[in-house]
Amino acid sequence: MAVTRRNHKPDEDENPDPGLDISKIKDCIKLMDEHELTGFELEQQGFKVKLKRGGVAAPALPPAAPADTAQEPAAEAITAETTEEITAPMVGTFYKASSPDSDAFVKVGDAVDEDTTVCIIEAMKVMNEIKAEKSGVIQRILIDDASSVQFGQGLFIIA
Amino acid sequence: MFKKVLVANRGEIALRIIRACRELGVQSVAVYSEADVDSMHVQLADDAICIGPAPSRESYLKADRIISAAEIANVEAIHPGYGFLSENAQFAEICESCKIKFIGPSAEVITRMGDKNEARATATKYKVPITPGSEGTVATVKEARKIAAEIGYPVMIKASAGGGGKGMRPCFNEANLETSFHNARTEADRNFGNDAVYIEKLILNPHHIEFQVVADSHGNVVQLGERDCSLQRRNQKIIEEAPSPLLNANKRLRKRMAEASVKLTKEIGYENCGTIEYLVDESGNFYFMEMNTRIQVEHPITEENHGCDLIKEQIRIAAGEKLSEHVLNSTPRHHSIECRINAEDPYNNFTPSPGKIDFWFQPGGRGIRVDTHVYSGYEVPPHYDSMIAKLIVSGATREIAISRTQRALNEFLIKGIKTTIPFQDAIIKSSDFRSGDYNIGWVEAFLNDLK
Repeated sequence: MAVTRRNHKPDEDENPDPGLDISKIKDCIKLMDEHELTGFELEQQGFKVKLKRGGVAAPALPPAAPADTAQEPAAEAITAETTEEITAPMVGTFYKASSPDSDAFVKVGDAVDEDTTVCIIEAMKVMNEIKAEKSGVIQRILIDDASSVQFGQGLFIIA
Repeated sequence: MFKKVLVANRGEIALRIIRACRELGVQSVAVYSEADVDSMHVQLADDAICIGPAPSRESYLKADRIISAAEIANVEAIHPGYGFLSENAQFAEICESCKIKFIGPSAEVITRMGDKNEARATATKYKVPITPGSEGTVATVKEARKIAAEIGYPVMIKASAGGGGKGMRPCFNEANLETSFHNARTEADRNFGNDAVYIEKLILNPHHIEFQVVADSHGNVVQLGERDCSLQRRNQKIIEEAPSPLLNANKRLRKRMAEASVKLTKEIGYENCGTIEYLVDESGNFYFMEMNTRIQVEHPITEENHGCDLIKEQIRIAAGEKLSEHVLNSTPRHHSIECRINAEDPYNNFTPSPGKIDFWFQPGGRGIRVDTHVYSGYEVPPHYDSMIAKLIVSGATREIAISRTQRALNEFLIKGIKTTIPFQDAIIKSSDFRSGDYNIGWVEAFLNDLK
């Protein structure tokens, strides 16, 4: 059985993909087994699936319209393999340097290792030095100086 | 009135507090763990801050992260809800030192009444009867044996820092004392980080009856009647009702308990909402058990009977306002029953049943209130308490409330997970419940009969 499946990005809440629900496809397979069917075809808005027992079924046709989004996951896949995020281990205020007059701890292009201090998060009047805990090169800084951060929020992309 | 309040809790109570804030024109800030990102309280709050991964001790119990969130969101007060940090005196103290108002009594009062053993001494001081027991904590088995012999078996060994039914062991004879003593201490240490225990007489088959008290900062202290919470499984309440059928038959006892509750609340300088829990034995003697220095899960049945909003009163009291007139002058009417709907399988030893709720239809119509954060499609996380909704039913009489509860439970459709609804349905239908003839041991006996 061949069914194409697009990556479902977690924040695509407004327009969830209506077609590709793997659990529904599993239900179809179960139905086929229960009633000893050899073929099953279902067409719905956005997708079409054809299941055939014993052989390779015709591959489902990805809908023509969202062709550009079909490319995005591929691009993301390439970057996902090689980049990582440094996230906030606490709640507080992010500072890129140890004081307003100092240089930033890191800038785009800097190499860091696990022990490199990348920023400060101030919590309850205590300035906490945040270590990279990963090694790589800083690709992007995701947040502005002196802005609030919550737990798990992305701070830097490194590769 | 505050401009912004942080809600340091989750689930139905967080939503409850956010609703109260909204009605008072106060901005609400939710804090949440990564497991609760889709929770309704997060969606409905004016602002939301993630404070950690799923486990409670890494998120909802992290006082430092909650305070940090309070600071970056610039709130003036924190409502701690129930459970979590709501009775944590240290947390209340940190709030005070950070100039954030803790919505509840002072850290000092929390400490005083939070230590169950010290609370008993305080009750005695103000002439509120307590169960016979050890005068302080009991450190050794030898001491325990002596005290238990003096009090007379059966006895209950209880954690000083305990709550929620944990860290307690009943003991029916001297032969089992040593084991019970050690087990209670171990459980206390594991659950509360404190293995101090005290011993009190185990009252057989009592009713658990608690009184709601409220006090503002202007010297007003009132009691809003009792709640009968005797229907418990393993020391966890599952159905509560107000008023208590036991006290309906003994109005003089109600008056004495109400007066004792107000007196104790006044004498300790208590402020905000609190609940005083008593045991009432078969002879109509009442004994102080403990005081909960926070809002309780079952507060809605009091609200329905008295026509008030206790969470709004909590916020108003904390903001320095006087108790509402309708609270100061309330007279109860109606009878209310609450069922705690848990995501547990009652046919399989109440095993937790987390997972996705495919379909949710909650009961409605006359006299029905459902307090819940759950909706169709919601995924009940496995990391927290199993309570997913509270069904609160009111009627002009107890009989009406009972038949209405039955109607409501049978309309309540929750598909995708198992819930305790069939269990509560069976209890409501029982003749003992209908005649008001039940006590703390009733549910366990009922479950044994079903086997």
